[in-house]
Amino acid sequence: MKRELPLLMTAVFGIIMIVGFFVPHEWASVPADYLQLCAVIVVAFGYVLGGANVFAVNLDAIVRKQRDWPYKLVLVSSMAVMLVFGLFVDRERFQDPATVSIWLYDHVYAPMNATMFALLAFFIASAAFRAFRIRTLEAGLLAAAALIVMLGRVPLGDVMVRGLVDHDGLPHAVRTLQISTLQQWIMDVPQNAAKRAVLIGAAMGIMATGLRVILGIERSYLGGGE
Amino acid sequence: MRDLRSLALSGVLVLAALFAAPLASHADTRTEAVDTLAALQPSSGLVYADVPNDAGRALDLAWKLSPDDIPGTHRVTGYVVQRAPSPGGPWTAVDSVAAGVSAYTDGHVVRNAIYFYRIVTLGPAAAVPSGACAGPAIATSAWFNGTRGSVLAILLLFFALVLFYMYLAQSGQKPFVRRLAGIDAIEEAIGRATEMGRPVLYIPGILDIDELQTVAGLVILESVSRLTAKYATPIRVPVSYPIPFTIAQEIVKGSYLRAGTMDAYEADSVRFVSPEQFAFVAAVTGIMLRDRPAAHIFMGAFYGESLMLAETGFSTGAIQVAGTANVAQLPFFVVACDYTLIGEELFAASAYLSGEARLVGGLKGADMLKLALIALILVGCALETCGIHALTSWMRTQ
Repeated sequence: MKRELPLLMTAVFGIIMIVGFFVPHEWASVPADYLQLCAVIVVAFGYVLGGANVFAVNLDAIVRKQRDWPYKLVLVSSMAVMLVFGLFVDRERFQDPATVSIWLYDHVYAPMNATMFALLAFFIASAAFRAFRIRTLEAGLLAAAALIVMLGRVPLGDVMVRGLVDHDGLPHAVRTLQISTLQQWIMDVPQNAAKRAVLIGAAMGIMATGLRVILGIERSYLGGGE
Repeated sequence: MRDLRSLALSGVLVLAALFAAPLASHADTRTEAVDTLAALQPSSGLVYADVPNDAGRALDLAWKLSPDDIPGTHRVTGYVVQRAPSPGGPWTAVDSVAAGVSAYTDGHVVRNAIYFYRIVTLGPAAAVPSGACAGPAIATSAWFNGTRGSVLAILLLFFALVLFYMYLAQSGQKPFVRRLAGIDAIEEAIGRATEMGRPVLYIPGILDIDELQTVAGLVILESVSRLTAKYATPIRVPVSYPIPFTIAQEIVKGSYLRAGTMDAYEADSVRFVSPEQFAFVAAVTGIMLRDRPAAHIFMGAFYGESLMLAETGFSTGAIQVAGTANVAQLPFFVVACDYTLIGEELFAASAYLSGEARLVGGLKGADMLKLALIALILVGCALETCGIHALTSWMRTQ
């Protein structure tokens, strides 16, 4: 029963959601909307479990003085401060932009978030360096396509290419070549075709997974086992 | 003398003209203002229609513009859509539209309620309601969204194919599944981690359970945790949302329980981190650098953090296997990971790992639908080339 009931509920709710997609009538759309609201409530309870886990894992690490435990102390105290301000101090005016918790979010969390995001530029540089090492024909094609796209996306690219190809001896088509047009063709045609192929395959994978879950064939999400 | 007289007469005429011009101009303005007020005519011909294929939550309105609504004259500045429960009012404004606009969809109606509508034409100094109101307008819900007929047809075909091939697989005709290097590498990576005595890091994406890539990631986690439990290897599973966190916790705990290696199970092996993208990155890269897992497995939905995770993982020298259906992130994983599952391979992984006949049969059904879709695309291209748009119209959805 511990497994049958969740499987039955998954099947029934899954079918209701599918029917709700095709049938706009209130007999189908109202239960579907209601289930989505229920999901929000279940997720809210999940956050309590998640928060408890963060406290338990990190407090344990602090007590045991595990490696880098001071960082965990910062995490736990930051979480406690935000909870205190959010639950008690700013409780009556939580939508007011002038609350302490929102100030902390805007002036402490957001800059740190932006700092992490900014690191992405350096990671891209190091990854690009490895990706463009030409060892095989495919890697060579990738590097050539990347070079064209990168040059074609900046105004300087057209100027540079014009300087290279604008010679009397060259055919008209080459002389009037614009790298921005070429990069747009790469993005619109070969890149788009490959991207759509992956997307169509993934969409079918999603449908197959959904069907397996609804039919109860895929039941790993219930904790595994038979 | 005559010249002097004519000169004087001309001067008088010029002066008269100079004085008369502002007066005439003032008189023209007054006449125009009177004309504007007098001539502002209301819109007419208001018609309504229930929006088709919806849940009875919208009504379409269309009207004829006021005859004074001529571009550039600014005699009409806009229209106000008003509605009332009866022809006698009380009228409430629903919305306003600019001059020249003759249609509006009221998307804030109550299903099966009666509404009467009228249009008020706005001028610079006047507001004139239309002479007659339109109604009773009632928004009703449809039993079937006709624009989604093509989706239903393809979905039914897909379900039929999958169920048929599942049945065939169960009756002994199990289809062949090609080797997926990325999935084979998972076992190799776990073996390596076991030999080195280091943990395995598994990330089931950064989205919630309503994303099917997360479900696929959790399904693969079951196979991975079964292997780590078998070899008594520690596993770290940082999760970004609470519901996948509880599911992952159950999966990992269940695997160690079934393998009889609960001694090797660590209560904090599955951790809730944060739904905030870069806070999650900070925590996971911290785990990578502190715990030095020998294998990193990324399976699920990833966004901008994919490269940060994979590059940090690369710098630690761990063997990395990734899988996602987010096309924009695939190049990053291909560059920074040893193996990458592309798109549908992520969803096929559970069938491949478990080898269960029904799941493998489902893969065959999906492949058959893919063939059907390729044929459909070719037919569609041919028809469009010939100027026949019936197929594309049928497949257009709302």
